[in-house]
Amino acid sequence: MRMSRYIFVGILLGFTLYKTEAVSFFRIFEMFHFQAFHMYGIIGTSVVLGMGIIYLIKHFHIKSTDGQEIVINPKAKTYRRYIIGGFIFGLGWALAGICPAPMFILLGSGYTVLILFLASAMLGTYMYGVLRKRLPH
Amino acid sequence: MVPEFLVQLRDFISQPWPWWVGGLMISLIMFLLLWFGKNFGMSENFRVMCAADGADETNDFFNINWREQEWNLLVAMGAVFGGYMASHYFASPDGEVAHVSAATVESLRQLGLAFAEDKVPLVPDWYSWTSIFSLRGLIFIVGGGFLVGFGARYAGGCTSGHAISGLSALELPSLVSVIGFFAGGLTMTYLIFPLLFK
Repeated sequence: MRMSRYIFVGILLGFTLYKTEAVSFFRIFEMFHFQAFHMYGIIGTSVVLGMGIIYLIKHFHIKSTDGQEIVINPKAKTYRRYIIGGFIFGLGWALAGICPAPMFILLGSGYTVLILFLASAMLGTYMYGVLRKRLPH
Repeated sequence: MVPEFLVQLRDFISQPWPWWVGGLMISLIMFLLLWFGKNFGMSENFRVMCAADGADETNDFFNINWREQEWNLLVAMGAVFGGYMASHYFASPDGEVAHVSAATVESLRQLGLAFAEDKVPLVPDWYSWTSIFSLRGLIFIVGGGFLVGFGARYAGGCTSGHAISGLSALELPSLVSVIGFFAGGLTMTYLIFPLLFK
C-alpha cells in the first residue's frame, strides 16, 4: 500500500526523537540554558546534511517517486509573522518542553495526558485561524 | 528461539542514540518526504485535524482539502507507533532517563527540582493525569499546547518546518522564525520559569 510508507517515516521519526531524548522536557530545558551541545548537535547535523540534500536535489533535478520534479516552495518574504509567531511558539516550546513531533511520540510512549496538549494546540491553531486577518503579518 | 544477532541488534538500538545519529536520521526523514513529493512539517497536522473536525465550515483558513494531507496524519500516526515501540521494546538499559549535563541537574535543583541520585527522568512528573488539575500541570501542558499551536501556525511552521526544512533550504524567513523560537524560549526559561517554580 502506497500510504504505508508515511507510517514507516513516522516510525523512524518516533525512534529517532525518542532514542536521542529530543522528546525530553529536560533536554529542551538544557538547550535553552546552553548547557550541552546535544540538541544543537541534532539540529545542526540535520540542517548541514539537509543543505547538502537540497543542493543535490536541485543540482541533479531529482524527481519524486511520482515522477515530478521536486520543488521546494519559497516562503513568503514578510517578517513580522515569523518573529512574532516564532516568539509565541518558543514560549510554548520551552514551557511544555515539547514541540509538535515529540507530542505525538510521547503520546505513543504512554503519556496519554498529552492528548490535552494536542487539544489545546488545535484550539490555538483554530484561534489563529479566527484572528488571522487582524494580526500583523 | 530468537537468533542471537537479533538480540544483539535490539540491544544495539536500545542504547541512547548520540546526537549525530539523530541529525543523520532527521535529514533522511526530510529527504524521504521530499522524495515522496511532500514536505516535513508536523504542526500542519493541527490545522488538518481542525479542518477534519469541521473548522472549514466556520473559518476559511481551514478551508483546505484535508484528505490531500492524509499522508501527514499517517506520519503523525507512525510517530505514535514509533514512540510506543521505542519505549516498550527498545528502552535504554538505565531506564527512561534524560542524560543531561551536570550543569542542567544543578539548574533544575535551583528551581526546586531535585532527583534521586541526580538521575533526571525523560519527562517531568507533571506529565500525568493526576497533576493535570494542579496549576502547574494546567499551565505547562494546556498553556504550552495553546502557545505552540497558535505560534506555529502564525509563524507558518515549527521545529520541523522552519528549523530543519527551512534552514536546509536557506530560507531567510525560517532563520527569522528560529530566532523568534529562541527569543521566546529564552524569555520563558530565564524570566518566567523562576516565577512558575516558586
